[in-house]
Amino acid sequence: MLDKMILGRYVPVDSTIHKMDPRSKLLLVFLFVCIIFLANNLISYGLIGLFTLILLMLSKIPIRFLYNGLKPILFLIIFTFVLHILFTKEGEVVFNFGWLEIYDGGLRQGLFISLRFTFLILVTSLLTLTTNPISITDGMETLLHPFKKWKLPVHELSLMMSIALRFIPTLMEETDKIMKAQMARGVDFSSGPLKERIKAIVPLLVPLFVSAFKRAEELAIAMEARGYRGGEGRTKYRQLKWQTVDTLLMLSLVVLTILLVLLRS
Amino acid sequence: MGKKLVSLENIAFKYEGQSRHAVDHVSFDIYEGEWLAIVGHNGSGKSTLAKLLNGLQFPQAGTILVNGKELTEETVWEARSKIGMVFQNPDNQFVGATVQDDVAFGLENAGIPLPEMVQRVQNALNKVKMESFLNQEPHHLSGGQKQRVAIAGVLALQPDLIILDEATSMLDPRGREEVLETVRELKEENLLTVISITHDLEEAAKADRMIVMNEGKLYRQGIPTDIFQMEGELIELGLDIPFSVKLSKELKERGIGLIKSHLTEEELVRELCELHSKM
Ligand SMILES: Nc1ncnc2c1ncn2[C@@H]1O[C@H](COP(=O)(O)OP(=O)(O)O)[C@@H](O)[C@H]1O
Ligand SMILES: [Mg+2]
Repeated sequence: MLDKMILGRYVPVDSTIHKMDPRSKLLLVFLFVCIIFLANNLISYGLIGLFTLILLMLSKIPIRFLYNGLKPILFLIIFTFVLHILFTKEGEVVFNFGWLEIYDGGLRQGLFISLRFTFLILVTSLLTLTTNPISITDGMETLLHPFKKWKLPVHELSLMMSIALRFIPTLMEETDKIMKAQMARGVDFSSGPLKERIKAIVPLLVPLFVSAFKRAEELAIAMEARGYRGGEGRTKYRQLKWQTVDTLLMLSLVVLTILLVLLRS
Repeated sequence: MGKKLVSLENIAFKYEGQSRHAVDHVSFDIYEGEWLAIVGHNGSGKSTLAKLLNGLQFPQAGTILVNGKELTEETVWEARSKIGMVFQNPDNQFVGATVQDDVAFGLENAGIPLPEMVQRVQNALNKVKMESFLNQEPHHLSGGQKQRVAIAGVLALQPDLIILDEATSMLDPRGREEVLETVRELKEENLLTVISITHDLEEAAKADRMIVMNEGKLYRQGIPTDIFQMEGELIELGLDIPFSVKLSKELKERGIGLIKSHLTEEELVRELCELHSKM
């Protein structure tokens, strides 16, 4: 159950987006986050919306997963929308309920900001929904490679991340086991006042940390025994493949940027 | 017996802050193609010995020769490429995100070019019969399967010697048999030399040679039949001798006409049957 919360994010479906190079997907997200700020009128927002929609359709991700990604910030979206309606007093009054005046400027601002949020979340969650974590790590490692010159420990960071990802299920399982063991001894994790529940977590965390450190130590020894001595002179088994779709996507992003520049007011 | 692969000369090692030597002036040789079992109570220095052989620790006294070359900080990487290790906990030695990534880990470290790497990963997984689990993630594998992947990771590096440090002790009986069978087959096929550090004397009984460790010292070495002669002593050393050895001894004491000593159940059953047919 816990397992699904984090790792369930990747939805393995067979789609064009899934097959794309993680590098191009990472670049896409990065550039998308930048160019979304170019949009400032209905038509440019419409264009971005269309682009997002096409990506979503290509990914074949079921709506319910997209909705799950949006859910946590739905409140934030609605909140900013309402805030704008109430307090942005620009343009003409469209509604007047006596004490409440709604301006068309507020309505527009509210709508745009909410749309911007929605598109951002949809596109970024598209990355994690269509790319398994280890590929994201690989993509990051290659994209960050140039920063090695400035002493950024790119290889170490990516190895750290991939090991962390690999151990998430193991540690989840262990947490589950310890929790059951404590429950068998009468510890109650799920009811009672908050203070009591937090107290109950302590005997869960302590053995978990002890074991995590032990694992880390053993893993380090095992890695060394298998000849690990840092990133120098290492070859890579996982290869990334840049395909035509990746180039096409990048091109479409360029086109989108140009259109946005032309269409914004 | 084949040629000497590794020899230890008067090796002593003490952990920092410890008063007692973990390995106390130990000397022995490992011969090519043999299966050597190292047994001993908890804390008798078996794992430390394994780490010394792999250059994960360096002895304070004595020398280790691998293929005639002394193991030092300079030669340690070469030695490590010849000596593979499989540890006790299947989870804590699985580095890769999937089975194939894990097998490739050692190859990546050695800087093997990609086409050869792919080939070697495939071969190694075939040898341990895990080829159909290429993209499986570790938490979907059983303990025995994980250990077989660990063995594949070692095999891919084409070592001369493989050390199993209680590699089967956390497995269920089926997983244990699975792993041992794999190692046995490998040893038959390509003259791999095996050191198996174990608690399980039944497993040790099947080795070519045995070493008994006690409190950091080498207590006795010899062929299993001879080692099991000293039953009482073994029990005093905190070891549990196999049931078949105990039963065979009891039967002899009761005047049943058994002649040999029996390291495995099969041997005992066979002689009992022969005896029965003669009656
Ligand atoms: N990392 C360590 N630091 C200090 N002492 C250790 C360490 N590892 C093992 N020892 C000690 O060294 C001795 C031998 O341990 P070990 O080689 O693990 O034995 P075995 O594998 O036979 O159970 C034990 O007394 C143990 O307490
Ligand atoms: Mg040990």
